[in-house]
Amino acid sequence: MNASLALQRVNKSAALLFLIALLIVMLFPFGIVAINAFKTPAEYANNGPLSLPGSFYTDGLREFWNRVDFTNKLINSTVISVTVAVAGIVLSLLNAFALGIGRVKGRVWFLVFFLMANTLPQEALAYPLYYFAKSLGLYNTRLSVIIVLSVIQSAFGTYLLTSVFSTFPREILEAARIDGCNKLQLLMRIVAPISRPTLSVLFVFFFIWTWNEFFLPMILLVSTSNQTVPLAIAVLQGQHNMDATTSSASALLGILPCVIFFLLFQRTLTKGITAGSVK
Amino acid sequence: MAAKSVSLDRGYWVFLLPGAVALLLVIIIPFFVNVGISFTQWNGITTPTWIGLANYEKAAHDKTFWMSFENNLYIIVAMTVIPTIVGLFLAAFLYDFVANKIGQRAASVFRAGYYLPQILPVAIAGVVWRWILQPRWGVLNWLLGQVGMEPRNWLGDADIAIYSVMAIMVWFQIGYPLVIFMAALQRVDPELYEAASVDGANWLEKFLHITIHQIRPEIFVVILMTLIHSLKIFAQIFVLTRGGPGRATIVPSYFAYQNFFEKANIGYGATISTIMTAIIILLTVLFINVQSRQERQEAV
Repeated sequence: MNASLALQRVNKSAALLFLIALLIVMLFPFGIVAINAFKTPAEYANNGPLSLPGSFYTDGLREFWNRVDFTNKLINSTVISVTVAVAGIVLSLLNAFALGIGRVKGRVWFLVFFLMANTLPQEALAYPLYYFAKSLGLYNTRLSVIIVLSVIQSAFGTYLLTSVFSTFPREILEAARIDGCNKLQLLMRIVAPISRPTLSVLFVFFFIWTWNEFFLPMILLVSTSNQTVPLAIAVLQGQHNMDATTSSASALLGILPCVIFFLLFQRTLTKGITAGSVK
Repeated sequence: MAAKSVSLDRGYWVFLLPGAVALLLVIIIPFFVNVGISFTQWNGITTPTWIGLANYEKAAHDKTFWMSFENNLYIIVAMTVIPTIVGLFLAAFLYDFVANKIGQRAASVFRAGYYLPQILPVAIAGVVWRWILQPRWGVLNWLLGQVGMEPRNWLGDADIAIYSVMAIMVWFQIGYPLVIFMAALQRVDPELYEAASVDGANWLEKFLHITIHQIRPEIFVVILMTLIHSLKIFAQIFVLTRGGPGRATIVPSYFAYQNFFEKANIGYGATISTIMTAIIILLTVLFINVQSRQERQEAV
């Protein structure tokens, strides 16, 4: 009895040790980038990457910030992500209202279309989109990225919202109709407010997905003044031969906004990841 | 009464109009244009010349094309196979061992920590790892030097570059199945485990026969989603290796990109991306079929 209890305790600590070791491996890249962003190049060369910074050196960060005009990148990313999230939700809401609440004819086919649109690789759209954008004069504008990504996000949003709306209580809809609500009022005053929790999950998803997007923004935005945060950092890293501490400063600037979003939206996200997974 | 609820359902198609037109213009038309381009030879400037299936024949004999799909199999191992298996064990372990014996909070902390890489844009994850793996002053080679081991050019050596990319993708991907599986485990009826314990089942038997069986829908979704993601992998390769050295880490999406935007071989780029799309659609349809057949069997 005592032996098995002792064994259990050993097992428990071994398991805990394993989990902690794994956690350290997973978090190591974040930590190492963070401490080295605040070192002078000389400190990095002399003491190696593992030592803690001797002083709070921010010149590397500041220099990189100014070199890429990071304020401008933050503005571009924010403008694009917020607009895409809002436009994507409006499109999804209208689509899902017709498909899930209105149950228009052929809705199964429409849903298949939206689902397919959602799984298509962007490579299969990229060249025509690039070509059309050029011929319409939209090439190298944030608007081109906003339009394309809003539609791509709305394909997923339509799929998710339609399945949510198909279980919307019919009594509420009929009661509203009897009270003289027209369809637009039904959408704006009844359906949209009641589904606000789902819409806020979608907003967070669309925002973060758009922020993280790389391929299409790279193809549609060529001048640095229009580029987004991930794009500017990734492209610059390929072009310049930066020293170790400036490189880690640039990586840290790429990580920070995402960590902030994660902390801000953590609860919505954990709810959403699982809500969207199985339907 | 029935007639009344039908009358509620008229005229809704107006609401579908903006979304459907947008889908048509931004996705459906470009997609079919791309398929059309794949039957032509085109440099993006002059008029495309119709060459039928010549691009597809070229692909069939193109070593780089096959190499890109072979590399994609490695990526699938790193993004689907390993994360799904490790994610299953880790989720079960965190859920019934850590949460019960150490505490719910500890389980949540571990889950959040393992999930953290997933919050990064893939491009930024690539930037972070390129920094760590930098051959001259990178952290990994510095650490190896401290313990007296030889430094290596992790991303620049054709023999090991693909394994470096794989390791990075495992690191990046593990949190996704973990979070989904841990949530799925909450709906497994604890009585099933109790009944199995009474029958003398050990942990592994319970894991195989109850856990995996019960959360099968989530396992399906995770496999399908990660498969699709691994076939689309682009930013990581762009940032880490640009498909190199040589073509050691080339993947279909990067190969298509090169043909579109670097080699001005638009027709061939369109061919590669059309083949990618066909594979992805095939996989999706296959999975949905298997899944709905399983559900039907369950219902019987």
